[in-house]
Amino acid sequence: MSKVIKLRKGLDINLIGAAERVLTKCPAAASYALVPDHYRGVTPKLLVKVGDKVKAGSPLFFSKEHPEVLFTSPVSGAVGAINRGEKRKILSVVVTPDGENQSEHFDVCPIQELTRERVKDTLLRAGFWPMLIQRPFGIIAQSDTTPKAIFVSGLDTAPLAPDLNFLVQDQGEHIIAGLEALKKLTDGKVHLTVGTDTTAGVLSRIKQAEVHHIEGPHPAGNVGVQISQIDPIAKGDIVWTVELQHVAMIGRLFLTGTVDMSKIVALTGSEVVKPHYFKVISGALISSITDGNLRTTPETDAKTDGHDVRIISGNPLTGIKVPLDEVEGYLGFYHNQITVIPEGNKYELLGWAMPRFNKFSVSHSYFSWLFPKKKYNLDTNMNGGPRAFVQTGIYDKVMPMNIYPLYLIKAILAGDIDKMENLGIYEVIEEDVALCEFIDPSKNEWQAILGRGIEQMIKELN
Amino acid sequence: MKGLRNYLNKIKPNFEKGGKYGKFASTFEAFESFLYVPNTVTKCGAHIRDAMDLKRTMTVVIVALLPALLFGMFNVGYQHNNVALGLTDTTVMQNFWFGFLKVLPIIVVAYVVGLGIEFLFAEIRHEEVNEGFLVSGLLIPMIMPVDCPLWIVAVATAFAVIVGKEMFGGTGMNIFNPALLARAFIFFAYPTAISGNEVWVAGLKNASASGMQLVDGYSGATPLGDAAAAMSSGAQSIDWSMSTTPIDWFYGFIPGSIGETSTLAILIGAFILIWTGVGSWRIMVSCVAGGLAMGGLFNLIGANILMDIPAWYHLIIGGFAFGTVFMATDPVTAAQTNRGKYIYGFLIGVFCVMTRVLNPGYPEGMMLAILFMNAMAPLIDYYVVQGNVKRRLKRAKANA
Repeated sequence: MSKVIKLRKGLDINLIGAAERVLTKCPAAASYALVPDHYRGVTPKLLVKVGDKVKAGSPLFFSKEHPEVLFTSPVSGAVGAINRGEKRKILSVVVTPDGENQSEHFDVCPIQELTRERVKDTLLRAGFWPMLIQRPFGIIAQSDTTPKAIFVSGLDTAPLAPDLNFLVQDQGEHIIAGLEALKKLTDGKVHLTVGTDTTAGVLSRIKQAEVHHIEGPHPAGNVGVQISQIDPIAKGDIVWTVELQHVAMIGRLFLTGTVDMSKIVALTGSEVVKPHYFKVISGALISSITDGNLRTTPETDAKTDGHDVRIISGNPLTGIKVPLDEVEGYLGFYHNQITVIPEGNKYELLGWAMPRFNKFSVSHSYFSWLFPKKKYNLDTNMNGGPRAFVQTGIYDKVMPMNIYPLYLIKAILAGDIDKMENLGIYEVIEEDVALCEFIDPSKNEWQAILGRGIEQMIKELN
Repeated sequence: MKGLRNYLNKIKPNFEKGGKYGKFASTFEAFESFLYVPNTVTKCGAHIRDAMDLKRTMTVVIVALLPALLFGMFNVGYQHNNVALGLTDTTVMQNFWFGFLKVLPIIVVAYVVGLGIEFLFAEIRHEEVNEGFLVSGLLIPMIMPVDCPLWIVAVATAFAVIVGKEMFGGTGMNIFNPALLARAFIFFAYPTAISGNEVWVAGLKNASASGMQLVDGYSGATPLGDAAAAMSSGAQSIDWSMSTTPIDWFYGFIPGSIGETSTLAILIGAFILIWTGVGSWRIMVSCVAGGLAMGGLFNLIGANILMDIPAWYHLIIGGFAFGTVFMATDPVTAAQTNRGKYIYGFLIGVFCVMTRVLNPGYPEGMMLAILFMNAMAPLIDYYVVQGNVKRRLKRAKANA
């Protein structure tokens, strides 16, 4: 076993509703969709119209900024709807499945004989290219660049996160093939970082990548943190990251020549009756998964003043709030988890002065430090109003990177490009500051601020 | 309590934009969110949030201040009745009540003036009222001499809030600690109200006019005043007035500003601040280290009686303890990086003792040491952060 990376900084948030290791095959969802907003910096240009027949892997739209990057249907069926919002912005491209499981076909050859050009070409045509995320900035990889390394995280430490070893339990050979294919894309190494407690799982047997072990609290599973520990990004560096289940999909593509975007997601959260795992296909309608599994039925509450629960595609720190409709209510492309937690749209009498035994806080002015094992049922209440930054020194405790988070965020607020660059904006994306946002007593929107900073950087560098 | 909530819901529309009392939106919000944690939910970013907010942060500081404040009230009565007048039959409660009546008006004036200005600025800016002044408004009375005229407290508070805070953009943006700024304002604008031997004990200044029967030879001098007096008169040793000993200084049975005298009560506050993580232990520890180091250095030189004061005396006399625990640790005006905090705190300790010993004009140095380091804190942070930046640039260069 190689040297173990030990993190001391960070924070594990124990919530009620972690998924039990039980897998259910979800019946086919009523519809599947791609939501352009799930990708950074993509302006969709449509290639289909309503009613067109598509197979799994047939392109639905491409990116105006990078026309070679195609976005393809995850299932076979017909284009059911193209939902547009204000200024005719495309909200989602919906495919209604026909149950025939037809797929576009791509030539197969032994993995060892693949060339870089061929891997690139196949990934682009099959619509798998958006699985490659480029750092700095967390954009879809630019196909004309060669990354210095590719990083894959083999663990997820976010609140209620699924056990990645369980997600890929029967995907061993697909992951191996995927890693081999990814190796063709870089001159450097493909790094796989796994937890120290996964001695029995699939991931412990993988030798096809540079394997690292990491232990510590969240965000140990964030690939950005792993990069900063293994081979930090400097100005001018380009690295790519790929999500673990996407590695398996890439492997399947090159082994079988067909597009199979099925994956396993965890349905979690305190509002789920029996949190466990589901086998679904990427882009599935979320209500097809949650139906019958929630404690309260949102339909009844929708008529009253707002929803009683919040459905999140992803984890409670970084996920996307989704409505339960057929416009935007689809599983995010990069998400392995659906979380349902109560909305916190309630008043609490003198709450700031009460002992609040049921609330979680890093501060010792609450009592959650007394019960490190206790699981909490947190809602979406802000627990306070927005203020200027006052407290210092607390953010560093949840940021296991060589970065001064408060200074970086202030540089972004000031719009100072040079400072952002000097203070490390190349090394982080939104998920890396999610914990700072969680603990912030001044309730600032760290992820949104960093998002604006990244957009400004992208504009400035072009 | 449901009725109260319903009533608030009923009158709330009046205070919204365009409502009958739309001008008082911030004021309404402040009182409503004081009563109820608002029902706002997360819109973007993390869907769940820590239960800590600034209201609770500030509440923790106020709780931490209470021991020193309560002792301060008692001590005002004790100094007046038992020490100055030489009475022996007053009870603890009588002394406390005497002090309570003296101190309460100062607190009320500081809060009314300060919060009034805060609310006004919040309305003008259409922001929520910030909780920062809840602490400042209590700190200001605690660093005043008990006989400070109320109008001076009012003027100083207004100056501190407007010039010290709102001019920079409100809590979180200020450079100098507002409470200390209020004190510095009085120190320079109305020096007689805040210096000399007579101001520290209630009624002492007008003792002869009001017919107070003082104990023979009573001056009201603080230990620091005794030291300075001994120095200027060329005495061979310091004659501590009322023959107080270091243990009296530690418990706080000495004249001084209202809240600063009891190191013991302040230590309780320090414990609360450090335990809850609201106050920085790095600043407190390094500040004490700085004071001891400078005091120790003077002990080694030993050129005069001030230099010969044992280093640890400095920690328990004057405003050193209070400043270390409650003033230097203000997160907004202190250094913000952890490494910077050590330097910042250490230098406060050093400059405080240095001012006390080397400056013949004014015996106390804590206020000016902290204000000076407030100004220097961004510079310290700049160099600490620059170290991080340099490492990053080096890595980029190694790659190129």
